[in-house]
Amino acid sequence: MSEKNQQQPAKKGWLRQAREAALVPALAVFTGLLIGAIVIVVSDADVIAAYGNFFSNPLHAIGLTFSTVATAYGALFIGSFGSFDRLVEGLGIYFSTGETRQLLRAIYPLTESLVSSTPYILTGLSVAIGFRAGLFNIGAEGQFFIGALCSAYVGYSISGLPAFIHLPLALLAGAAGGAVWGAIPGYLKARFGAHEVVNTIMMNWIAFRLSDWLLTGPMQASGFRPVTPNVAISAELPRFFSDPIRLNWGFILSLAIAGLVYWLLFKTTIGFELRSVGNNPDGAKYAGMSITRNIVLVMTLAGALAGLAGTVQVLGVDRWVGQGFSAGYGFDSIALALLGKSHPLGVVLAALLFGFLRSGAARMQSMADIPIDIISVIQGLVIIFVAAPAIIRRIYRLKEKAADEESTVLTRGWGR
Amino acid sequence: MNTIEETKTIEAAAFRRIRIGYGIALLVTGMLIFLLFGLNTQAGLSSVFGMNLPSSQAIVIPDLVIPAQATVYALAIVIAFLGAFQMSRGIHSIGWLVGALAFAFVLAFLVWAAQGKSFNLVGMLQSSIVRATPIALAALCGVMSERSGVVNIGIEGIMLISAQAAVISASLASNLYVGLLVAILTGGLVAATHAYLVIRFKVDQIVSGVAINIFGVGMTSFISSRFLEKAFTNLNNSGTFPIIPIPILSKIPIIGPALFESNIVIYLMIVVVIVTHVILFYTPWGLRTRAVGEHPKAADTLGINVYLTRYINVIAGGMIAGLGGAYFTIGAVGRFDQAMTAGKGFIGLAAMIFGNWNPVGAFFSSLIFGFADSLQVKLQILSVPIPSAFLLMAPYIVTMIVLTGVIGKSTPPAADGVPYEK
Amino acid sequence: MTTVLELRGITKRFPGVLANDHVDISLNEREILALLGENGAGKTTLMNILYGLYQPDEGQILVRGEEVAINSPSDAIARGIGMVHQHFMLVPVMTVTENVMLGIEPTKNGIFLDKGQVAKRIREISEQYGLEVDPDAYIKDLPVGTQQRVEIIKVLYRNADILILDEPTAVLTPQEVEGLFQILRALIDSGKSIIFITHKLKEVLAMADRITVLRGGAVAGSAIPSEVTPRQLASLMVGREVSLTVEKEKPQPGEVVLQVNHLYVKDEREHVVVNGITFDVRGGEVLGVAGVQGNGQTELVYALTGLLPVESGDVLLNGESLAHATPRQILERGVAHVPEDRQKHGLVLPFPIYDNMMLCTYYQPPFSRGVVLQEKAIMDSATELTAQFDVRTPSIKVAVSTLSGGNQQKVIVAREFSRPIKLLIASQPTRGLDVGSIEYIHSRIIEKRDDGVAVLLVSSELDEILALSDRIAVMYKGQIVDVLDADAVNKEYLGLLMAGMKPSEAASKAKPGEQTVERVF
Repeated sequence: MSEKNQQQPAKKGWLRQAREAALVPALAVFTGLLIGAIVIVVSDADVIAAYGNFFSNPLHAIGLTFSTVATAYGALFIGSFGSFDRLVEGLGIYFSTGETRQLLRAIYPLTESLVSSTPYILTGLSVAIGFRAGLFNIGAEGQFFIGALCSAYVGYSISGLPAFIHLPLALLAGAAGGAVWGAIPGYLKARFGAHEVVNTIMMNWIAFRLSDWLLTGPMQASGFRPVTPNVAISAELPRFFSDPIRLNWGFILSLAIAGLVYWLLFKTTIGFELRSVGNNPDGAKYAGMSITRNIVLVMTLAGALAGLAGTVQVLGVDRWVGQGFSAGYGFDSIALALLGKSHPLGVVLAALLFGFLRSGAARMQSMADIPIDIISVIQGLVIIFVAAPAIIRRIYRLKEKAADEESTVLTRGWGR
Repeated sequence: MNTIEETKTIEAAAFRRIRIGYGIALLVTGMLIFLLFGLNTQAGLSSVFGMNLPSSQAIVIPDLVIPAQATVYALAIVIAFLGAFQMSRGIHSIGWLVGALAFAFVLAFLVWAAQGKSFNLVGMLQSSIVRATPIALAALCGVMSERSGVVNIGIEGIMLISAQAAVISASLASNLYVGLLVAILTGGLVAATHAYLVIRFKVDQIVSGVAINIFGVGMTSFISSRFLEKAFTNLNNSGTFPIIPIPILSKIPIIGPALFESNIVIYLMIVVVIVTHVILFYTPWGLRTRAVGEHPKAADTLGINVYLTRYINVIAGGMIAGLGGAYFTIGAVGRFDQAMTAGKGFIGLAAMIFGNWNPVGAFFSSLIFGFADSLQVKLQILSVPIPSAFLLMAPYIVTMIVLTGVIGKSTPPAADGVPYEK
Repeated sequence: MTTVLELRGITKRFPGVLANDHVDISLNEREILALLGENGAGKTTLMNILYGLYQPDEGQILVRGEEVAINSPSDAIARGIGMVHQHFMLVPVMTVTENVMLGIEPTKNGIFLDKGQVAKRIREISEQYGLEVDPDAYIKDLPVGTQQRVEIIKVLYRNADILILDEPTAVLTPQEVEGLFQILRALIDSGKSIIFITHKLKEVLAMADRITVLRGGAVAGSAIPSEVTPRQLASLMVGREVSLTVEKEKPQPGEVVLQVNHLYVKDEREHVVVNGITFDVRGGEVLGVAGVQGNGQTELVYALTGLLPVESGDVLLNGESLAHATPRQILERGVAHVPEDRQKHGLVLPFPIYDNMMLCTYYQPPFSRGVVLQEKAIMDSATELTAQFDVRTPSIKVAVSTLSGGNQQKVIVAREFSRPIKLLIASQPTRGLDVGSIEYIHSRIIEKRDDGVAVLLVSSELDEILALSDRIAVMYKGQIVDVLDADAVNKEYLGLLMAGMKPSEAASKAKPGEQTVERVF
């Protein structure tokens, strides 16, 4: 009995480790989708009616259940990946005639999914880096919005600059705007011990009110709609293909930044400090690290990442900012960071998943008449399952793990 | 070196900081009142403050007519004088200082804004209370839950789900009281889920709250766009609770129309404030709850069931939030709109902190938030040259300042947010 | 004589640990039974089982001859069992009355708390047993000695007749310990029975009627105080012959390394807790700081290591001021710190051993170049230190949280002692450790002293101070009341100083003699 705690976690291969790390998140997503399917089915009047006649025609009821789910998730799948037939057709036309329009149409859904993943990658990293340092950044939403507004301002107000100056300038402005929005709660936490959860939420609302004013006043484009003018072409992130396809360099940029965040967190002294502060602030202080500086630093970085997310969305996709621009990114990014276990690679994978779901859901809404909000329902469930692995382990009868490997406590109350 | 004197010097230094800091703050405020409002008020104009509501039952009293410029100047002088007094002598109570400061500033602001116009003060008070109601109920949900040591930031989601449950059930049953009951039970049920996750599975309390918010927004919007906005619009049409004036009390000037001509949800809110306060501080259950929130192990060693205490408080809190949810639909507009809680749950959390985890304190903080909210509407009507967005920001900024602890500390229960392990 | 309590074959397993192994214990009426054992012997687990906080895997509990199931503290309370915990179970922001009534609140009209009735009863209990306390005081304002009285009142208020006291003397001065013993005698005289948990041999011999020794979760033996010697008890506790003293040479004090002048420090609640301290430590000597816990020792160490700001006064290391330096500047000047709370300050528990080994030096070569960490250098150094300091671990990649307390402390010692240092500040360096680790760490500290390092040792274990120190400073209420030469120290005099008596009065009161120094586990 007493030998049991002498198990050796260090000797596992990386493949096995990765598989173990991904097992619970994968099952959580699967379970979320399953419950989503149940919600779709029980909210379908035809299916309910069929079950009303279950005993006279059971096959019809069961068949209708499956066909309803298949239609919905089929639309979701095609909406996010595109249809295989169309791809084959497009390739055929391309090789026979050199005409690319059909081919581009075929890959359009896939590229749209990547486009919607892009801001998710960055906001997910924003929350994840906070978690690593023991801070809960619920303010990605506001930082995203402010970043977008700052980059849009630089993008439309300056003209006549060459792209290689204007674009980096706009990117920097967006990152800086988000960084300021994150640094304020960071400073308040470090200096006064004011809890970042409440303060980042407050900063979100301040950002919304501020944007209401900016978009109806100083930053409003001519016309009645509360939107900014379009950014100059020199500030746009270049797109890879011709027009309907919006996939742009922002996607590559966000992947590169994910790599950079990984390097920063695990291979540098800066990351070592951040992680030490996150795991044991008292120990970090004892070891001579500055808690204040690290808290401000990490909130600034988190803000910059979220601000950059808004920026790539403006400069690469929308080209202008309107009200409700940031809808939902803040909370979704928390789900991403949890699902990706606050590891940059995990966050990228989770962001791709969410991007595909979101982009496919739009088609599901139009084709199968399932409201896009089902995705939020699934996300809420996924968060719960990821945060409570014990539920997943019980459902799928998985082996219990040692408690210390799965501590999900990220914050300590309002701790002053 | 005499050590006791040294100690005294160090203690005295802290008080000196309060004295000088607040002295300067008061002087600056006096100056600001003079510069911002005093100089911008025209001589000879009066501000009229309405003291009656049309169609109210209260005894009619004369409206308050005051000379605008003289009043603003007087306020500036009083505050500056108070600042000078504070510098020289010092008042210990930070609460009074902040209160006086805020009161003078807001009053000067109102006098300035209403110069040459009429401004209904009672109407303002009434709409503050109405707007404070969901915030106060959210805050009370937080107080109940956090006093037992469980952080609940899912209040927004709980209110949203209950709001929808209320309107659907009230429409189905054609009975608003059924809707009210269903909302309360729904709130309790969602909170029970939160409790189960954080107590049984030790899920991070903030994560669970966030999940409930996302789920709440998603589920209610899903139901809304799949049913309520399509084939079943009849399920989203419940009507609202009527105004029931309370006999005699509603006749009192000012307070009567502001407070005692309301609907049942607002009355229930007042009742809940008083009841939770009494329970928390004057009954055995409250003593146990606070002990569990401060030092669960100590409570456990005295035979108190920590988990059960937490379950019950979180669920009770959820029922209060459910009542808050009912306010949005059957208490106010009679139908459900997507994301209609608009962040009131989060502002409720701010009110809870501002009110120092105390039901009565939370109620008065909610009133401040409600006041700021209705003020910006009023000022738009008065066409005051300040963008309403900035007034709407004020409560959030005030919350952040409160959290820094520079105006009095608010201390959470010691075990707040910490899962209890036997 | 009737047996009021009997434990038969109690066995309790935790994952990977057998905490209690078929333990049999009995308690007679009007008797003080001492439960003796070193840290980790299973004493507290056993008592938590008796009090219903844990459930045993096997075994029976008999109260007054009747087998009972104790599933929760309420069951224990209902059977007349009360427990005074080592870490007080009091809510700091509540009053004495509220703490005492918690769980069995009398009410007015069946709804409202009746505090007056409880306060009256508390006054009665206070009078009866000489437990002086103000029912309306807030716990957070009371000194630890008084808090302990509140704990005892809590138990008596519930009419317990079997009292369990878990390490009750750890926070008391020798004189307060004497007072506690008198209270316990009064309790015995009024018909109560007491189990007294401790790891201190002398207390056991002074006041127990009977002794049961636990080792490794099992009963190692029983004895009557008049029939055993400390040496016999010690070997029963540890399972082998132990030397009761630390072997060390005469000190060779050199230059003054640490000079502290008129130091004032405030704690986090803004109370002045270090109140004008002046002392020095020379290279090659150990200055022990004795005192009851909570008299400012913790904050003194925090101020010296930069974890708390210095309010006024100066700290000089080889003549250079450290008073307003950051923790990093202080450790770069050659100060090593073995912190009081090793899990809070000394380690990042989820990190592997190799990360913890470089926790203070990660930014220096060879561990990093620029901001880039050098993994190979980190691993090599950690492997070497793990071997050199005898850290028992399957790999340097395991999280330190999986190590035993002794091995965790060795990781800290390895990290701190392997740096070039001039001053070693060791705060409660052996708290909660097993005897083997205590011996090891003591010998390492003496080794550092002999290398010429100045050592500041802070410990609430008076015997540890006596065993290691060359000079002893006594702290009381944030001040150093006297500095004594360890060779000529009179223990009673020391105790009186720790209790707050002025040196002149203490000197006239203390009896001469009693200079033998024993090691305590």
